[in-house]
Amino acid sequence: MMLRSLATSARHLSRNESAAIAERALSFRTADEMRIVISSSSRGNTRFAANRISTAGDTFDAVVTVHSKFGKRTGSSSTNQLDDDALRATVQMAERLAMLRPEDPEALPELGPQVYQPGRDWADNTAALDAGGRARVVEQITEAAKRAGIVSTGFLETAASTTAVANSRGLFAYDRATSSVLTTTARTPDGTGSGWAGATHHDWSCVDPSALGAAAAEKASRSAHPVAIEPGRYTVVFEPTAVGNLVQCITRALNARAADEGRSFFSGAAGTNKIGQNIVDERVTISSDPFDPHVASAPFTGDGLPTRRVVWIENGVVKNLDYDRYWARRHNRAPSASGGSIRMSGGSASLDDLIRSTTRGVLVTRFWYLRPVEERTILYTGLTRDGTYLIEHGTVTKPVKNLRFNDSPVFMLNNLDEMGAPVRVSASEGGDPGQAIMVPPIKVHDFDFTSSSDAV
Amino acid sequence: MTGLAAHTLPGRTAADALVSPLHAALHSPYRPEVGGEPNVKELALIALDAARSAGASYADVRFVRNRSQSLTAREHRVSAVADSETFGFGVRALVDGAWGFVASCEVARDEVARVARDAVAQARAIRPPLLRPVVLASAPVVAAGTWRSPIEVDPFDVAIEDKVALLLGANQAALAVDGARFVSSAMFFCREEKTFASTDGSCTVQTIYRTEPSMTITAVGNGDCAMRASADVAPRGLGYEHVRDAKLVENAPRWASEAVEKLGARTVDIGRYDLVLHPSHLWLTIHESVAHPTELDRAMGYEANYAGTSFVAPPEKVLGTMQYGSELMTVRGDRSQPGSLSACGWDDEGVQPDDFDIVRRGTFVDYHTTREQAPWLDWYYGKTGRSTRSHGCSYAQSWSAVQVQRMPNVSLLPGDEDLGWDDLIAATDRGIAIIGDGSFSIDQQRYNAQFGGQLFYEIRNGRVTGMLRDVAYQMRTPEFWGSLDMVGGPASYHLGGAFSDAKGQPVQANAVSHGAPVARFRNVNVINTGRAA
Repeated sequence: MMLRSLATSARHLSRNESAAIAERALSFRTADEMRIVISSSSRGNTRFAANRISTAGDTFDAVVTVHSKFGKRTGSSSTNQLDDDALRATVQMAERLAMLRPEDPEALPELGPQVYQPGRDWADNTAALDAGGRARVVEQITEAAKRAGIVSTGFLETAASTTAVANSRGLFAYDRATSSVLTTTARTPDGTGSGWAGATHHDWSCVDPSALGAAAAEKASRSAHPVAIEPGRYTVVFEPTAVGNLVQCITRALNARAADEGRSFFSGAAGTNKIGQNIVDERVTISSDPFDPHVASAPFTGDGLPTRRVVWIENGVVKNLDYDRYWARRHNRAPSASGGSIRMSGGSASLDDLIRSTTRGVLVTRFWYLRPVEERTILYTGLTRDGTYLIEHGTVTKPVKNLRFNDSPVFMLNNLDEMGAPVRVSASEGGDPGQAIMVPPIKVHDFDFTSSSDAV
Repeated sequence: MTGLAAHTLPGRTAADALVSPLHAALHSPYRPEVGGEPNVKELALIALDAARSAGASYADVRFVRNRSQSLTAREHRVSAVADSETFGFGVRALVDGAWGFVASCEVARDEVARVARDAVAQARAIRPPLLRPVVLASAPVVAAGTWRSPIEVDPFDVAIEDKVALLLGANQAALAVDGARFVSSAMFFCREEKTFASTDGSCTVQTIYRTEPSMTITAVGNGDCAMRASADVAPRGLGYEHVRDAKLVENAPRWASEAVEKLGARTVDIGRYDLVLHPSHLWLTIHESVAHPTELDRAMGYEANYAGTSFVAPPEKVLGTMQYGSELMTVRGDRSQPGSLSACGWDDEGVQPDDFDIVRRGTFVDYHTTREQAPWLDWYYGKTGRSTRSHGCSYAQSWSAVQVQRMPNVSLLPGDEDLGWDDLIAATDRGIAIIGDGSFSIDQQRYNAQFGGQLFYEIRNGRVTGMLRDVAYQMRTPEFWGSLDMVGGPASYHLGGAFSDAKGQPVQANAVSHGAPVARFRNVNVINTGRAA
């Protein structure tokens, strides 16, 4: 039998229901230790294209993952069926897998009970948005687009989720979170112009659909019939979303073990790493804080560690790398447990200020298809998309064809000219909520565009 | 409209709908294989009846049980062993030409009926903004179809100890090579057990397997590192026999030696080169620059917000006329190649996929389609004397995701002449031979792309003169395919592929294979990706 809550309109497992499932699963344990992660979510989405809704979907799922341990032998198994038979079978599978594998010298004992701060990323109004409500939101954008003679497409998704972690040492953690994301791409009917706008927040009331629709439409109109410019090194003003796209490339490379093993940008000489070294402009600070209300994330990790604020780069200097429990213990450090959000320092300038101070440069809305080319320099390639413009003498003068770059965000943050005020961005390529990211618009020099694209 | 089935049959009731081939199928002696759930077909009937009773003109339901298992090993330790199973169902309902979709993991009578009613209610909720009602192309009714991947050994029946021993043995073999410092190896298996039923009367039960063995070896030296991934071993729609055929232990020393050799390879001089591409590399170029742009929903603007649109558009200006590449370029879509990742008996709309040309002797001739999309090309199929039918490209990654158009296997056909890798190199004066896929990126209309690889060899006067590094080529799709001037014969044909083709919102993963012979492309722009930190 499925347990359920009906808080507002979104089904999710309550704390008590999660605890009851954990208790039942743990009662089937024969292993030395066991940890169980229980997640549940109600997700709703609506897609639109050509100024109309194309598909919508509402899904409920609940997943139990069991990690069993005999000494240093571990195994995992998961199911989304929560009756006793399914839970017992899942525990038995995890235990069987554990018994059949060799000892893992890196296996660590489960944690004992921990103290957690309450999570800060739940909003009732997000959980309450249903299919009809989503349709009305989409209509705000599509109707305005029709009136403006623009073709709008987009995606709206909300979710209400829970996560619980419990183990055989008495640890129990529970958190519930909401998320919402709305992105829209507007195109001119002749296909020569395209503009994008998007926003994400755990609190749906922080997303302004009409403003996003209007911003995308304006970008589309202003980007019609772009001209080609020669590839090369340019001064570039990056809008916050583009900064969010690129800064994630740095935070993804923060793994301490890869650095210590000599296969990362953050590797130092002979088995060391770059902690303590200055790597970017001294105005740059990048941190994660799960309890920052603007970029909140979960209050605990999947193994039950309480999350905490971590400063990765402070005033240009590497302060921390990302340590899991094993690597942290081996190096006598605390595990990072940062929660994964990103906040980057900024300045006081507006985007218009950055444009006004530019003699000749390129304004970039966002990037697409970012892929690593060279791990040791965090060199990435990717293309501009949905609003790329030429700046001349402090003014945006014309749209330009999209450009492919081959450059590193580390080099970019060394070539920093100016920063604006940080804002929350939707910087996931797929339009999912992604990481909670708050970054400023920035201006840099000598950003390396290597070819031009005809894509609109 | 010719070739189309009316999705609504006026005057037909839900009860009438159940007196159908589907009704017979649902009460046939056949026992579904889905997860040992004897009541799945009965539940399907409940879902379809509830959807029709609530006002759906068409509905389908999929019960899917996906089981997966992964094992990973790093150097001398097994880093993870995990088994996962997810089971649930999704109901898609069409009401006055608008779709609704609701899914749940709670497989029970009441929930099935609720979900079906909610799918109808959702379709009603989104109906007001609708401009163009959905109309489905006709499809033959499959009253009781069954299909199973052609596997020899069920990977879930193979002992964990054997799998672990193979991975650790492969790692040991790689680490025995001087200079190989880090090794990771992995196996991933999945089994998708799917029952599909629709109000048209179709009911199919399929069991689909996919298997991927892989390794990555990292050499470290002189303050630098180089990686070699086992890109020449592709994932397949096969069983554990594919793991054995991959010969990880036997191949590991070669891959490790190549990783070490990359450390000392000469950095490439930028410029234009003729490229001799191995199918273990070319499959990804085909995927990005041919398979994606020929998805009809992209061409029609439906994916503009994420995956993008296409330069192969609008259909009325390109179908049957656009020169995609040279005369040597014939590209075919299929879901029938044995052991391919896209292979199935029926797609997620109950349509048996057909093999169809996408590019024929350089000319673009067709898109990938679903039942909803095929009618959009009614004018073209009528003009070319074909009936309007879906190519069977509907797919959803799980029970919880709605069906969307996903590419089938899309493959470059080999030439008639029996040419191989060595023949193409021998015919090349100044070029680079590339093996294995590497870094990849392409714009949202599929014009401008950049590809790296695993191994790069300099060709001078018909001979390989040494290994290169820091190589990537940039291309504009029509010019690149226009420069194809040599293709290998059938003996050089190889299926590459990936599990993780992404499309749709929410993003769904599709597993797909791409076959190709060895091939040569002339005068391609090569850049140097090396740069000091």
